[in-house]
Amino acid sequence: MASTTSSQRLETAAAQAPAIELRGINKHFGAVHANKDIDLVVKRGTVHGIVGENGAGKSTLMSILYGFYSADSGEILVDGQRHDITDSRHALALGIGMVHQHFMLVENFSVLENVVLGAEDSPLLGKTLSKAREQMKALARDYGLEVNPDALIEDLSVGQQQRVEILKALYRGAEILILDEPTGVLTPAEADHLFRILKTLRDEGKTIILITHKLREIMAITDEVSVMRQGAMVATMTTSETSPAELAEAMVGRRVLLQVEKGSAKPAEVRLEVKNLVVADDFGIPRVKSVSFSVRAGEIVGIAGVSGNGQSELLEAITGMRNIREGAIFLNGKPLALTGDDAAADARAAGIAHVPEDRHRMGLVTGFQEWENAILGYQDKYGSGPALDIGGAKAAAREHIGKFDIRPPDTELKTANFSGGNQQKIVLAREMERDPDVLVIGQPTRGVDIGAIEFIHNEIIRMRDAGKAVLLVSVELDEVRSLSDRIIVMFDGHIVGEADPATADEGELGLLMAGVTHDGKAATVGTTPDVKTVTERRLMEMNPQQISDKDAEP
Amino acid sequence: MQYYTDLILILDSTVRLAVPLLLACLAGLYSERAGIVDIGLEGKLLGSAFGAATVAAVTGSAWLGLLAGIGVALCFSAVHGLASINLKGNQTISGVALNFLAAGLTTFLGQAWFQRGGMTPQLGNDQRFTPITLPFANELADVPIIGGLYSELISGHNILTYFAFIAVPLTAFVLFSTRFGLRLRAVGENPKALDTAGMSVTRLRYQALIITAILVGIGGTYLSVAQSSGFNNNMSAGRGYIALAALIFAKWRPWPALLVCLLFGFLDALQFRLQGIDFPVIGQVPVQAIQVLPYLLTIILLAGFIGRAVAPKAAGIPYTKER
Repeated sequence: MASTTSSQRLETAAAQAPAIELRGINKHFGAVHANKDIDLVVKRGTVHGIVGENGAGKSTLMSILYGFYSADSGEILVDGQRHDITDSRHALALGIGMVHQHFMLVENFSVLENVVLGAEDSPLLGKTLSKAREQMKALARDYGLEVNPDALIEDLSVGQQQRVEILKALYRGAEILILDEPTGVLTPAEADHLFRILKTLRDEGKTIILITHKLREIMAITDEVSVMRQGAMVATMTTSETSPAELAEAMVGRRVLLQVEKGSAKPAEVRLEVKNLVVADDFGIPRVKSVSFSVRAGEIVGIAGVSGNGQSELLEAITGMRNIREGAIFLNGKPLALTGDDAAADARAAGIAHVPEDRHRMGLVTGFQEWENAILGYQDKYGSGPALDIGGAKAAAREHIGKFDIRPPDTELKTANFSGGNQQKIVLAREMERDPDVLVIGQPTRGVDIGAIEFIHNEIIRMRDAGKAVLLVSVELDEVRSLSDRIIVMFDGHIVGEADPATADEGELGLLMAGVTHDGKAATVGTTPDVKTVTERRLMEMNPQQISDKDAEP
Repeated sequence: MQYYTDLILILDSTVRLAVPLLLACLAGLYSERAGIVDIGLEGKLLGSAFGAATVAAVTGSAWLGLLAGIGVALCFSAVHGLASINLKGNQTISGVALNFLAAGLTTFLGQAWFQRGGMTPQLGNDQRFTPITLPFANELADVPIIGGLYSELISGHNILTYFAFIAVPLTAFVLFSTRFGLRLRAVGENPKALDTAGMSVTRLRYQALIITAILVGIGGTYLSVAQSSGFNNNMSAGRGYIALAALIFAKWRPWPALLVCLLFGFLDALQFRLQGIDFPVIGQVPVQAIQVLPYLLTIILLAGFIGRAVAPKAAGIPYTKER
């Protein structure tokens, strides 16, 4: 190595240049200025987080980098070289790969076919496929990206599908990997696995851009973090030198109280009581195993637990969406008979309002206009006989919009065109404005931006103070702790402990959620419940949406 | 021996009757696999039958007729593509419009050009695709069993028939062993996956429509220039629709498509054969009752025996690049 050739010198220069540099990127969609003069530098071999509320322009910016959109103005430099990225193919050729929030996979293709799709090197498939198979083995070995190459995508868990997306990018030679909200669809265990993979990738020299609105993830895995707000880049910081509070403030432009302010609860009579409840899932496997508890008027009871430990089934049973196998549910002391197809409507009529865990699947018809969703489930109250009182329904929708600050204030806009936070507000407004006795809320702020989270939390407290009984389930432990007056911890279908949020510490709750009992005896070790069969494990790795999809098939 | 000869003859007409179905079915397979529902197959079949017969009659060349048949189908596909790919219109509605257009236009032009009530002039044998006698067919004809099988069933068909049967393995190969096939299947399932991988959804769908047009054009030509000798009003007689049903029955796969089309052809041939025959016990059965058999069986098979047929997921949905 006496002398360096010019090409080697060039390579060294490229190695010092940032992997990605964006200068003055602007993008308009009609009247909306989605990206305003964005400057961004992403260093090679780092995990770079981009945070911002929903609609801050993160995804648009990354779509421009990936060539899915083209910028109105501005420059993109990859490895110090200026490029006009015209389409996704161009971005891929430059070594930029993207893992989209909604996977871009062909569901009835094998993993292998998905990996090679669009990157086949000859008109005949045979050679390409055997080469890809070898390469997948190498990638699995190097990065822990194990997926069976011959499995069909539709048979894989969400976490595995995401691994296929990463494999796709790496197979195309991606050096820079963009991940858009990668943990939104993952269970906590799968998210952990993903982060391990990302760390390995970074250690191998890959550059990773992580788009998220979860501050915890930013703190856990990124080296640097950029904050976007309303289309503008407001700050870039070194993660180790910042704090969640500082990031949150930068995101929303004002200091946000992550701790909810609330007065003390004044619990009155018992509204909802559950006795020895046993509930099975779609496959007949018991998921709630003899659970008993009660919720009083004027208190919020939070159910904490790692997702997949029976909370979803419990909520669905109480709200009439799932038959109970044993036990009973009492409302105001009277037993509720919730069976048959009308059970959910019966529960509503009896005074149980329900904000479901998954607003897209259970809470809203996203193809409907806003006003239609605002009365969904209560439509019989509008008009008499077969006629619908559309004027009355729209008036109610307008009232909801005013009270809950739903934006844009347009009753005729398609619901799918509202942001996640505003969609959630539509559901909350619908359920809260019915003056129910009991309010059951699943994942109140999943996929909701910080500004809306604060609003939703305050509304829930307001319901409590108005004397309603509130049952809350959330996978966000912080949320359960800050909202609840009492915390119930579920593990493997059992209630394993009860805690007072004022005194319980995070470590103690964490142990309970992991199945370690009060007297210190470990029921099981690890963050996931014990499973006995392969089917059970598969079920546990799947998210609720997937289970329901499977259910739809004969 | 009599039964054996009968069987051979029924199988022979099975093949003849299955060919236009098979070509239309494979044509539909390409377009539906690419995500375009082609209810307009019927109109394309009819239009190309007319075009082929007209040109064959005017020029005297069956081959120019074939070119014209394919040309007509390509024009129809171009309209369909423009409406449903570029303009993102409803694929079914634009397809149905093509069917009406074909039905009206063929009769109108036929009458205007030839004054025969919509029919085209009778084609002579040199203007048609005539049966090809394979080597040794005549020599082997008298050999028991194999002789009849070879000389009647395998030999003695026109070139379009042989093409239709070769198109099956060809389609299977293209679909499952080539890069183009992989992309074609992907664009019918999840076009966004292709778009994000840097490929043009529009181009792939047009390519699929071109292949569809070629196959259905050959099918139409078969109807008027090979099977018959000239064009008749509405001579496709719903074969385009039956081909779509066969496609569902075959679950959008080429080999099952062949079997299903042969089955439909067999039922049709059997129906012809059974007319006017005295059955034991029940005696003579009305023609209509026998004619209904193939359709009855189709309903039973479609309803009970295919299980769940899952169409390509993106079929019928125009692709729009947005989020």
